[in-house]
Order: sequence, then structure tokens, then C-alpha cells
Amino acid sequence: MYDSGKVITGIIVFLIIITFPVWYNVARGKANYVPELEYPVDTGRCVADSAYIRAYHMDLLNTWRDQVVREGIRVYRAADGRTFEMSLSNTCMNCHQSKENFCDKCHDYLSVSPYCWDCHIDPKELKR
Amino acid sequence: MHLFFSLAAVLVLLILVFIGVDVVGWRYLFGVVIPIATIISFILGMLYRVIKWARSPVPFRIPTTCGQQKSLSWIKAGNLESPHNIWGVLGRMVLEVLFFRSLFRNTKVSLKEGPRLVYGSTKWLWLGGLVFHWSFLVIFVRHFKFFAEPVPAWVMALQNLDGFFQVGLPIIYLTDIAFLAALTFLLLRRLVDPKLRYISLAADYFPLFLIIGIAVTGILMRYFTKVDIVGIKEMAMGWLNLAPVVPAGIGTLFYMHLFLVCCLFIYFPFSKLLHMAGVFFSPTRNLANTNRVKRHVNPWDYSVKVHTYEEYEDEFRDVMKAAEMPLEKE
Ligand code: HEM
Repeated sequence: MYDSGKVITGIIVFLIIITFPVWYNVARGKANYVPELEYPVDTGRCVADSAYIRAYHMDLLNTWRDQVVREGIRVYRAADGRTFEMSLSNTCMNCHQSKENFCDKCHDYLSVSPYCWDCHIDPKELKR
Repeated sequence: MHLFFSLAAVLVLLILVFIGVDVVGWRYLFGVVIPIATIISFILGMLYRVIKWARSPVPFRIPTTCGQQKSLSWIKAGNLESPHNIWGVLGRMVLEVLFFRSLFRNTKVSLKEGPRLVYGSTKWLWLGGLVFHWSFLVIFVRHFKFFAEPVPAWVMALQNLDGFFQVGLPIIYLTDIAFLAALTFLLLRRLVDPKLRYISLAADYFPLFLIIGIAVTGILMRYFTKVDIVGIKEMAMGWLNLAPVVPAGIGTLFYMHLFLVCCLFIYFPFSKLLHMAGVFFSPTRNLANTNRVKRHVNPWDYSVKVHTYEEYEDEFRDVMKAAEMPLEKE
């Protein structure tokens, strides 16, 4: 091999960069971490089924925001006819009491930072 | 022909995932075996190709310069354009790798009225290439969120910068738009110009369609039909810890995205995409123009048996002297 010093340096830099996640995870020691959520005791009261909520809660909240803020509609009629107040703090968080042990768990895991919380506050967090 | 073959190839790959995952249910194959095999094959493939290149000697400098070579002290040397030391070479390499400097010099020939042959500068390919590669890099780095726990702060910072304008929900990444736009341009470029179309091969279209497929499936997943990204991160972390898991309920769209990515990385070391490593091996970029300052010896020169004049004279000195021929040494 010619110029082996330079070529090997290059190869090592390449390997370090592409294996970055491996050694990063070893150093941080959280490789096996899986978020565990604190679910509400009283299940089955949600405004929609859990598969939909898990995938599309952000869309739902976004629609709610638009309807409340822009159109002044405050009542949400669920697919099965039940009605709810369109409110993150008062409806959702009535059951999902802990932002920290519920919302944040997955959001932090995937580095999602919803800017809802820029204004809306978690009442529990405020008390502390 | 090349175009439709490549398009069909990518569609077949997608159908393969659909059959494999949805019909047969080989989630473990598509979610664990193929990705891990891809990582291994990519690394070994890259090493194989790079080491193979490094085994070819490049004994002589190839100075394709457009600057003044280093010469007398009162003549100003262009160290970037015609490097005479390591710093010049490094500068030229960095600018080449990060900003595609030689592509910036791209020219276009056209026949104007007259007839007049005109050479003009054309920067579109440079711009499209630059946008494509940089957005690819940013997207690639942003994906570390699936491979690192906790997500590093700089990945988050990059992500926030990318979504700076907070348009839409989920927030639209600028690089997603730039990526799609650049890919469209790069594809159209080959299709619109008859000359380029003529020289474009399946090896040109296939990677383009593959990457377009990856971009489209990724964008569909993020903005349109959601997939379970918590499960996806568990799965991705499983490859790295060698503790594979296949969480249930990850959508087929993700398996399609992943399989195209795997195809891309398996294909990578054995195709033109290897220019990622090749750019570092470009003799016209990475060698200083030291043809005159230093003696460069060809390492594979055959050691020819020579008979020098001195030896000749030594051999025939007596005869030459007798014939009164002039001698170098008496
Ligand atoms: C070179 C490789 C890849 C490219 C070019 C690519 C490209 C993209 C693009 C353009 C998006 C749209 C959203 C965004 O920009 O973040 C996306 C989303 C996504 N990609 Fe990839 N991807 C690659 C590899 C992977 C791999 C290896 C995985 C496996 C973990 C993956 C999983 C995902 C997921 C789950 C999403 C949806 C993200 C979300 O909902 O926030 N991608 N990809």
C-alpha cells in the first residue's frame, strides 16, 4: 500500500465517524433504554382509539388549536358521539396527569420538542 | 431504456418489501438481518475498495493547475491553485470536498448565431450538487436521533435550525424541501438535455431513483402517514447493541424506507457513489505540484541492467588507448 500513513488515518477517521452511535451509546450507557410511560388508571375514556392517538395526536391537537383559537369552536365531538372540551391542559391532562412521565418520555427519546409548551404550562411543573 | 430499467428496479424493490413484510411477514429479515448485513457489507466494501486503490502507486504529480507554480522568490506563487506544500494541498482538498470547487469551474459550449462558438460558465450543476449533498448530510446527521440515546445536544440543535421557521406540524424541515428540489433538478438535468440523456446509464439513474424513493418514503412517514417511531428507535438501537428486537406495529412504509436505504448502502462501495472516498484519492487534487522541486522516483521502475560509459571505458581502455581515442580518464 502506498501512502499508508495517510490512507490508514483516513480509514480510521471514516470508521470513527460511522461507528459514532456505537461508542456514543456505550459511553452513555443507556443503549437499552426504552421509554416507560405512566398511563392513566382509568382507560377507555380517550377521545379516540389509542392507535390513532399514538400516531396522530399532534394533528388532533393542532386542529383543536386552530378551531379554538381561530374559529372559537370549543367542543369536540368524538367518533362515537361523546363531546369534550378542546383543551390540552383540561381534557388530555386530566387523565394523563404527568407531562414528565408521559409526554416527555417519548418526546425526549426522539428529540421532539413541541412548541406548545412554550406558552402552555404543565400545572404540576409550575408548583415545583 | 436505462431510465425505465432503473425506475422498474426501484419499484421491484418496493414490491419485494410489500410482499416480504405484508404478505409473508418476514419482519425479522427486513428489520434486522438485512440492516445488520448492510452495515457489515458497507464497511468491508469501503475498506476493500479504498485499500485496492491505495495499492496503486501514483509516482508522478499530475498538476492540473490554474495558478502560478512556486518558482523564483519574487514571483508570487498561487499556493491554492498550484500547491507547493501540504497547506496548499489541504486548502485545495477542503474546498473541493466541502464546496465542489472544480465543479464551480464547469463550462458550457454553445453555438451562437454567426456561427460563433461560445464557452460560458454554468453553475447550475454545481448549485444543484451542493444543495443535494449538503441536505443529504444534514438529513443523515439528523437521523442520529434514532441511533443515540440520549439524543446528543448538537443533533437537536441541528434539527431546530433545520426547522427554524416552524412551518407546519410536524415542523417542515428546510432540508427536506431542498433535498427534493435538488433531486428533481438532478434527474431533469439528465432527461432534458439530449446530450446528457445520451450518455446517462442505468448506473446514473438507479441511484437517483433509489435516493428519490428514500426521500419520498421518509417524507411520507414524517408528514403524512405516521409510523411508530418509538418502536423504530428501539429496533435501530437493537442493531447497534446486537440485541435485535422487532417491535410489532411498525408500518410497511418504514420497511420500504429502510430497505431502500439498505440497497443504497450495499450498492455504495461498488458503484459511482464511491466518489465519496474517491474524491480523497484524486491525484489532480491531492498531490502538491512539486515536480521540479523534488525528485519523484517511480517505485515500479524495472531495475534495468545498465552499462555506463565509465564502465565501458574501463573495459576497453587499453584498446582505445592503442587506437589513440580520447579518454575521459587516463
Ligand atoms: C442515507 C440514508 C437515509 C436518508 C437519505 C433518509 C431520508 C429521510 C428523509 C428525507 C426523511 C423525511 C424526514 C426528515 O428529513 O427527517 C426521513 C424520515 C425518516 N427516516 Fe430516513 N433516511 C435514511 C436512513 C434511515 C434509516 C437507516 C432509518 C432507520 C432507523 C430511517 C428512518 C426514518 C424514519 C423513521 C423517518 C420518519 C421520521 C419522523 O417521522 O420524524 N431513515 N428519512
